[in-house]
Amino acid sequence: MSTQFVINDLKASVEGKEILKGINLEIKGGEIHAIMGPNGTGKSTLASALMGHPKYEVTGGTALLDGEDILEMGVDERALAGMFLAMQYPSEITGVTNSDFLRSAINARRGEGNEISLIKFIRQMEGKMKDLEMNPEFAHRYLNEGFSGGEKKRNEILQMMLLDPKLVILDEIDSGLDIDALRIVSNGVNAMRSEDRGFLVITHYQRLLNYIKPDFVHVMMQGRIVKSGGPELAERLENEGYDWVKEELGIVDETVGQA
Amino acid sequence: MSIQLSTPVNRQAAEALSRSKGEPEWLTALRAEAAELAETLALPKVEKTRIDRWNLSAFGQYKAAQPVAQLTELPEDVQTLAANAEAGLLVQRGSGSVYAKLSDELKAKGVIFTDLETAAREHSNLVQPYLHTVVPNNEDKLTALHGALWNGGVFVYVPKNVEVEIPLQAVLFNDDADAAFAPHILIVADTHSRVTYVDNVVTTGAAASAAAVHHSIVEIVAKAGAQVNFASIHNMSGEVVDLSIRRATLDNDARVEWVIGDLNDGNTLSDTKSLLKGNGSTSDSKVISIGSNAQKMSLTTQAVHWGRSSDSQMITRAVMRDEATAIINGITKIEKGATKANGEQTEKVLMLSPKSRGDANPILLIDEDDVTAGHAASVGQVNPEQVYYLMSRGISKKDAERLIIYGFLAPVVSEVPIDAVREQLQRLLERKLEA
Ligand SMILES: Nc1ncnc2c1ncn2[C@@H]1O[C@H](COP(=O)(O)OP(=O)(O)OP(=O)(O)O)[C@@H](O)[C@H]1O
Ligand SMILES: [Mg+2]
Repeated sequence: MSTQFVINDLKASVEGKEILKGINLEIKGGEIHAIMGPNGTGKSTLASALMGHPKYEVTGGTALLDGEDILEMGVDERALAGMFLAMQYPSEITGVTNSDFLRSAINARRGEGNEISLIKFIRQMEGKMKDLEMNPEFAHRYLNEGFSGGEKKRNEILQMMLLDPKLVILDEIDSGLDIDALRIVSNGVNAMRSEDRGFLVITHYQRLLNYIKPDFVHVMMQGRIVKSGGPELAERLENEGYDWVKEELGIVDETVGQA
Repeated sequence: MSIQLSTPVNRQAAEALSRSKGEPEWLTALRAEAAELAETLALPKVEKTRIDRWNLSAFGQYKAAQPVAQLTELPEDVQTLAANAEAGLLVQRGSGSVYAKLSDELKAKGVIFTDLETAAREHSNLVQPYLHTVVPNNEDKLTALHGALWNGGVFVYVPKNVEVEIPLQAVLFNDDADAAFAPHILIVADTHSRVTYVDNVVTTGAAASAAAVHHSIVEIVAKAGAQVNFASIHNMSGEVVDLSIRRATLDNDARVEWVIGDLNDGNTLSDTKSLLKGNGSTSDSKVISIGSNAQKMSLTTQAVHWGRSSDSQMITRAVMRDEATAIINGITKIEKGATKANGEQTEKVLMLSPKSRGDANPILLIDEDDVTAGHAASVGQVNPEQVYYLMSRGISKKDAERLIIYGFLAPVVSEVPIDAVREQLQRLLERKLEA
């Protein structure tokens, strides 16, 4: 059965303030969905709520991954079920080397008694790092500590590649990437495209979508998906901005603030 | 409950004991004088810690230790700690040394590595000029008591220009609840010499469940251009009070590196200090600690700069569980004239329980304008954002917290100079964190 991810009327608040006001979205294995939208309209909140960030309280709705509601699961269980979020601002963790972290994550998926051998792990990690043109020294650095913005993003993609998830959310994976890195990271993502994996790509720029070709593009405003279309929608947004969407829908303030 | 520290020694007793051990006259005189001081001096004032309320009554009695011919005659856990000491090994059991070994190669180079009692008899010329000069007996009641009562101990002498590549190791253990356990460690590194010394201080057997006091003083004399790496792991039981004063004096361009693991289960006073007297002298101290149950600890690192362009780095990291309390002091003092000196210190406490307590007190005392100094201190809990990040990759909450806690201690653990000791330290951390 190919992967199926269905978000149904998802509502979420942060610190008592409702940010997501009913999100509906269906992603099938093999599909790439892009979400665009002005700053502060709830894109990262959607990603965080789906992954289970403790600050975001889900107040309604479901998110079914192959029929199972991930919103009922703990953060680690969501990951084990196949969710992966490349974060807009990944945490830095002193004292934990990147390779120790990656091995723990891989072993968590494989389960007790089935841990990956050190040799095999190193081979896998080094192979993927090479694909991403990462300096091997990054394996021994502390997790994200002192990484540049672009290095953190590559490291997120490295994790995605090693963890083989079913549903990948990329939150502004293109921010902070130089032109070469954008191509490298996009190649990494494209290499992961498969029938049993769906993608939700949050971005502000068409540029990324030239590399990672979406099947669907959604516009988010006021904590809702207000418009959906094909790749041509992203191109129009890039050229004309958001005013025409707001006009069409009668939206004055697109942020979630006082809607 | 407050237990008064009645002075467990007087001049006559100290003299009698010293004579019975056949110590040289000069040492007997020092001990007698120290015993007298102990009766009049007060306990040290320790920042925010009432050590006068600790159980300081069980100093124990001097008991002559029986030397062993083979390590296999020692308790098994001690044998484990003593394994892999290729260059030199010293073992103290209770009140005295029971085993000593030094490679012929190092002997031939003039290196001395024996217990301090033996050294005082056989190498008076090298011991007398330095003993109690770095930590004077008359500082307070504890230093005086120690001066009167110290036993066994360690003496390291490294001649001029000699570099000791392989670390010298000591295991200082007590398995007799009634035996006085008070090692004094004196390390003298002559000009341009180099040495690494590592010890483990433990209680085992009967001593692991009885009230006792371990008091020790470490004195390091690093002459011009010498480098001394000192690592010490203390792992004594909950009934034992550990009073450990460590101090180094550094001549021009000398360097001292301290790595301290305060991993006792009982109350601990730990004070590690570098006296940067020489120009260009540098010191680096790293201390880690894990507190559990109702343990109280006072962990202090200090650096005093007199030398121009001297440099000190100090890091303390402590993890507090249960109802444990740690008062962590970092004191960087730069004296007038120590131009271009630099002193940096960091104290960090990670609290794992709402009832644990951690206090980080960074203190900079600077009497010279042309210097740089910095400090950072933090007391906090495991960062939920970090836990979320790790969990979002499938790692369980327990494992995520574990990674973060070990990561917090890693900057010190990774500095331990011997692989076997580092691994042993890692096991100890696991024991204390996962008990
Ligand atoms: N942890 C938080 N605490 C307080 N407010 C928050 C928090 N997270 C999000 N918000 C608020 O929710 C709204 C939506 O934020 P979100 O980060 O989801 O926007 P976004 O669409 O991802 O914006 P951007 O394009 O700038 O990344 C904003 O008004 C933001 O201030
Ligand atoms: Mg965002």
